[in-house]
Amino acid sequence: MNELIYTLTTYSFVRYALIVGVLIALCSSLLGVTLVLKRFSFIGDGLSHVAFGAMAVATVIGIADNMLFTMPVTIICAVLLLRTGQNTKIKGDAAVAMISVGSLALGYLLMNIFSTSSNLSGDVCSTLFGSTSILTLSVFEVWLCVALSIVVVVLFILFYNKIFAVTFDENFAKATGVHSEFYNLLIAVVIAVIIVLAMNLVGSLLISALVIFPALSAMRVFKSFKSVTICSACFSVVCALLGIIISVLFGTPVGSTIVAVDIVAFFLFWLIGIFAGGKAK
Amino acid sequence: MAQIICKNLSLGYDSNVIVKNLNFTVNSGDYLCIVGENGSGKSTLMRTLLSLQKSLFGELEFSDGLKPNEIGYLPQQTFVQRDFPASVFEIVLSGLCSKKGFKPFYSKEDKALALKNMKKMEIENLKNRCYRELSGGQQQRVLLARALCATSKALLLDEPVSGLDPMLTNQMYELIYNLNKKEKITIIMISHDIESALKYSTHILHIGKEIFFGTKQEYLNSNIVDGFLSNSKGGAQ
Repeated sequence: MNELIYTLTTYSFVRYALIVGVLIALCSSLLGVTLVLKRFSFIGDGLSHVAFGAMAVATVIGIADNMLFTMPVTIICAVLLLRTGQNTKIKGDAAVAMISVGSLALGYLLMNIFSTSSNLSGDVCSTLFGSTSILTLSVFEVWLCVALSIVVVVLFILFYNKIFAVTFDENFAKATGVHSEFYNLLIAVVIAVIIVLAMNLVGSLLISALVIFPALSAMRVFKSFKSVTICSACFSVVCALLGIIISVLFGTPVGSTIVAVDIVAFFLFWLIGIFAGGKAK
Repeated sequence: MAQIICKNLSLGYDSNVIVKNLNFTVNSGDYLCIVGENGSGKSTLMRTLLSLQKSLFGELEFSDGLKPNEIGYLPQQTFVQRDFPASVFEIVLSGLCSKKGFKPFYSKEDKALALKNMKKMEIENLKNRCYRELSGGQQQRVLLARALCATSKALLLDEPVSGLDPMLTNQMYELIYNLNKKEKITIIMISHDIESALKYSTHILHIGKEIFFGTKQEYLNSNIVDGFLSNSKGGAQ
């Protein structure tokens, strides 16, 4: 414990990591419920690969701040993927698989050909699994992350009821005059923003875990949309906090530690769900 | 007064015409049953009435104060809803969503209206229950209460009794009939159950190779009904 307090007070990068980690965990869990219920979880996965490809391109071109390039590219892809989901010529999931694997491959190829770094596999590994990038955040990145998180949370609260209506029954919402296309678009854009943010925390391969685990765990135990949303937000924040602290104390990679904590917590919730369900019957 | 007027309506997808030259009017307070074989275009007509799909040709007019988005809708159950974690109250409230426009939250009046509609459906005791744990009949009542939140003028029901046992089926029909009689809500129902359709409705729209629209009595006197009734009985045996 003393060691932890010492680390926190001495190293500003640990504080940054904690702030950014908690905010990212909060944002990703909020939309997780909607994504899981809309059967969109695979879009999150696909987009994270797109973000990886975009980051590789940004590195090759030599843009100073990767996020400024990755963010718009990922948002555009999110919008495109959502469109293909409604068009039936290429099925939504096939299109996602195509784009995500393609950008993963191209990203690695580009990094390999044009790399200036001496430690290429280390670079790739840290982009995929986010091993160190959260501990090397600049002050600008921290503020950007804080600002975007606030935007995401405010948007979510303002559109909470609309998002519920569109998630629960899109046809009914549309038939009664809710602009469901607009809200789908909004959801897609917000997901893209969250994924680019989360890449710093857990790396592009592990982002889906941040989105899916809190929602699925909360759904084991709680029965209303509001309680599931609140629970998954708390779940995600607590797991992220624990994961970051453990990784700082024991020197484990941040991303995979958070996901490991998520998995343990998921099984806990799963057991609670079984016992509570058994009692109710 | 006519609420919905269809003139020479053609329905279908892209170049694939399913129904041609559809003519009918729905007046305020009518109870219209849409019957026909599978694949005859009933669902396409429903999607068109709900403005989820454009018609290929012809006119679809809403009048008598009914706007295109004011038709309440009771869908057939979709896959998503079966494991959706949502309380009954949340779902009924969501029927009011479109009326709120850009206002983000529901007011006290909204909640009172939702409760009132739940009372009508006799489900106010289920308010905090989880939707996915309810029986099929209860779920249908929840969705009907939601539809009532979205409209006080016209309801479109897509096979509201599919999957219900005979007793619940009768209760559901009585409930809908009461909405039509007491609340003066126009009912448009897609149905497979021709006998109940004939029992409760005032008008029949039959889609298929031949298209028929008229009052129930006219339908019973026509020769379409004979073929359809014997067909459905033959199919049941």
